[in-house]
Amino acid sequence: MLRQIEGSQAVATAVQLCRPEVISAYPISPQTHIVEALSDRVRTGELAGCEYLMVESEFGALSACIGSSGAGARSYTATSSQGLLFMAEALFNASGLGLPIVMTVANRAIGAPINIWNDHSDSMSMRDSGWIQLFARSNQEAVELHIQAFRLAETLSVPVMVCMDGFVLTHAFEAVDLPSQEQVDAFLPPFVPQQSLDPRDPVTIGAMVGPEAFAEVKYLMHAKQVAALDEIPRISEDFAATFGRDSGGLVRPYRLDDAETVVVALGSVLGTVEEVVDAMREEGVRFGALAISCFRPWPLEEVREALSGAKRVVVVEKAFAVGAGGIVGQNTRLALSGLPTEVYNVVAGLGGRPITQASLHGLFADVVEARLDPRRLHFLDLDVALVERELARAGQGRRSGPHAENMLRDLGVVASGSV
Amino acid sequence: MFAVRIHGRGGQGAVTAAEMLSVAAFDEGRHAQAFPTFGSERTGAPVVSFCRIDDRPIRLREPISHPDALIVQDPTLLHQVNLFAGLKPDGFLLVNTSRSLADLGIAELAGAFDVRRVATVPATELAREHLGRPLPNAALLGGFAALTGEVSLTAVTKAILDRFAGAVGAGNVKAAEAAFDHVLASAGARAAEVR
Amino acid sequence: MAFQEIKLYQVGTSVVGNRLLDPEHRTAQARMGRSNTLTSGHRACQGCGEALGARYVLDAAMRATGGNMVAVNSTGCLEVFSTPYPESSWQLPWLHSLFGNGPAVAAGVAAALKAKGREDIRVVGQAGDGGTVDIGFGCLSGMFERNDDVLFVCYDNQGYMNTGVQRSSATPPAARTANTKAIGPEAGNVFGQGKNVPRIAMAHEIPYVATATVADLHDLEAKVEKAMTFRGARYLHVLVPCPLGWGANSADTIRVARLAKESGIFPVFEGERGEVTAVSKIRRQVPVEDYLRLQKRYAHLFANGAAGRPDIVARLQEEADRNIARYGLLGGEL
Repeated sequence: MLRQIEGSQAVATAVQLCRPEVISAYPISPQTHIVEALSDRVRTGELAGCEYLMVESEFGALSACIGSSGAGARSYTATSSQGLLFMAEALFNASGLGLPIVMTVANRAIGAPINIWNDHSDSMSMRDSGWIQLFARSNQEAVELHIQAFRLAETLSVPVMVCMDGFVLTHAFEAVDLPSQEQVDAFLPPFVPQQSLDPRDPVTIGAMVGPEAFAEVKYLMHAKQVAALDEIPRISEDFAATFGRDSGGLVRPYRLDDAETVVVALGSVLGTVEEVVDAMREEGVRFGALAISCFRPWPLEEVREALSGAKRVVVVEKAFAVGAGGIVGQNTRLALSGLPTEVYNVVAGLGGRPITQASLHGLFADVVEARLDPRRLHFLDLDVALVERELARAGQGRRSGPHAENMLRDLGVVASGSV
Repeated sequence: MFAVRIHGRGGQGAVTAAEMLSVAAFDEGRHAQAFPTFGSERTGAPVVSFCRIDDRPIRLREPISHPDALIVQDPTLLHQVNLFAGLKPDGFLLVNTSRSLADLGIAELAGAFDVRRVATVPATELAREHLGRPLPNAALLGGFAALTGEVSLTAVTKAILDRFAGAVGAGNVKAAEAAFDHVLASAGARAAEVR
Repeated sequence: MAFQEIKLYQVGTSVVGNRLLDPEHRTAQARMGRSNTLTSGHRACQGCGEALGARYVLDAAMRATGGNMVAVNSTGCLEVFSTPYPESSWQLPWLHSLFGNGPAVAAGVAAALKAKGREDIRVVGQAGDGGTVDIGFGCLSGMFERNDDVLFVCYDNQGYMNTGVQRSSATPPAARTANTKAIGPEAGNVFGQGKNVPRIAMAHEIPYVATATVADLHDLEAKVEKAMTFRGARYLHVLVPCPLGWGANSADTIRVARLAKESGIFPVFEGERGEVTAVSKIRRQVPVEDYLRLQKRYAHLFANGAAGRPDIVARLQEEADRNIARYGLLGGEL
């Protein structure tokens, strides 16, 4: 049913339709609307057969999911930002134990400085935690990825993170076609755990493994993720067959045919990117875009194939490895190794800074007209003068104070996120 | 694409107004996208929300810097926030006030816009009268429907009832209808002024 | 089998007493049908109090639940010595996740069982003192506050023995550990404020809280069985001497535990919904010094040839006296 609905409410409905048996979550913006809605539905009985645990921390939230999933219950949680980092130890544990937990990450920046707005630093920091990471471009896709995520997780016994941009998607009202319970039931069979805590068949889960087999156990995790590269397109096809909607998969090309320059990005910024691609096309510039729908496992072959015709690739990403460079950019370069394609790596939208058509248009023009050095990491709309003034201040003495405060004072604004 | 920016204060329902506007447009078969300025604003702080309405799917995710219409829920913001930033010269301006723009001291600013597209409505008073509470957001949507014609009053009232049940819904609908009538009535006067 | 008359003080206090009891009143351990939940072959040290405690606790709980039970174990000695894959001493469904999350994992298991309508299967969480009173404390408090249907057992050996005997917040004052060595002017662990987790558990007003030692196994089993008659969050804090960490003779584990109770330094009591309901009286009071002298971790208090630290021994005696007064550990019916 097509409804004009808030992204969080739509995702809560999708999760509800997947019939989770245990939900455990801790409040953090901007994830809260999702779990509040689920809490309501457990209370009213709309979501029957489900226990909702109000835990004392995100670490507790994911830990409870580890217990419930280990006991054979379909388990769900959601978090953002610092919450995801507070879960870090449990993230690796859940994937190491092969527990098919599904989690929504409402993507938000990581402090300090504390910042509640959207970027991808949280998910990206946990990219090697052994969780599959799917990124939604729209709320429609977020709904569909959640339904696919449960199926994927339970097919392979791996945990799956569905990443959706905090506020930009979670708090946006837009039309979403919500599937029926019958459709979801037809697509997602009841959970049959690979391992379960059952007194009739007692097993020991989570014991020590030494150097004798640790590498093999870890290799198997890798192999499962590689297997996901086959499973994800298969599930996407099945999804299309059941729901009549094309979504999911590993990568999503946009106007790639004959494109000389291709923009690579993840998440909701793709909408704006597509608008600018269209504008560039109208100007006669052969532009295209590639959405990375699945960032972990990294679909190296698919990315390589999609980008093989391009002369230039512009990776626009909402996070970066401090002191090293881009993250998606590095992965993209790996996928293109041996090809003559130039890869431009641009960090944009950090801490909720809007990525505008105007900025992207300017950036793409710079790339096409070779005004950008592909060997350097670029920051979209960076206020270089502000940084230089602060460096000058800091250079005048040891006790120059917190950079963050100095720079906001310099700008004469209060951190509020208003535009 | 028709882009609306709503300025209010935390607690006045600016975010809800944008959401209801998107629902109204959606009900009329259009594509709509509403979103807040993702802030951590507390009650009383300046708040901005946005709504895009279009005949094709909306992909843009950036905030609205060049709105086609501006709704000002709280006239005390007029001297605090650069409200008119980016408003197109032929844009619509709807201000919640029982006073005149001249009284508010913005006659000159508002004069830069097409007078037929500028309107005031005493939305807070209308809400107090019909709803019993000074919440101007639903009333302003009625005024918005009258001023712009982007959505119908029917769709606005339906969206209000979709959001608010019972007496609150009914009161908000009455306030919206009254605001609609107020803006239509004053439109005649404004048109005469142009002639 | 012939029965011989026994003296009152022998009943229910020790293995000797157990053998003299009517079979119906013997411990779960002394029965043919015991479940050997933590079965033999594990790698615990000789005289390990934790292994003994865990064995009694889990067998008693298995008996109480008819074997319908799941255990969640935090990281620590108990987890490590019992389960290097592919070997496992656990004869019940057992899950280990992390050091700091045992109570939350156990709560998750309980929630799953509830969601599946299998509340007949009971959940026991267990950890050492580090996993309970330090790193797992937040999760433990959350589990108490929500009143999740879990019995959480802390096997308190008063330090991080798994990592090489470091101080935990359960390490008593003056005790020598690897990072509170018997060096400097204040040798051994400092006199801090203490962290009495059984009382903190009671402050949550959960249905049942008890302390016990491995010296009185009847008492320990009875408390486990009683705990399993309640629904909701329950907490059992068992003092389990660690021969390695305490520098005690492996053969003295039970003795050291008994002296902890008989000196008053470790009060043994039960509480329900925030109130103390019963205490185990001191049978034959001993000075704290008798307890301390058996353990090398306190050797610096009694330094050979040197003066030692009678002042510190006196402070520890004061703590014991305070417990005796607070819980009424002396006098009355035995």
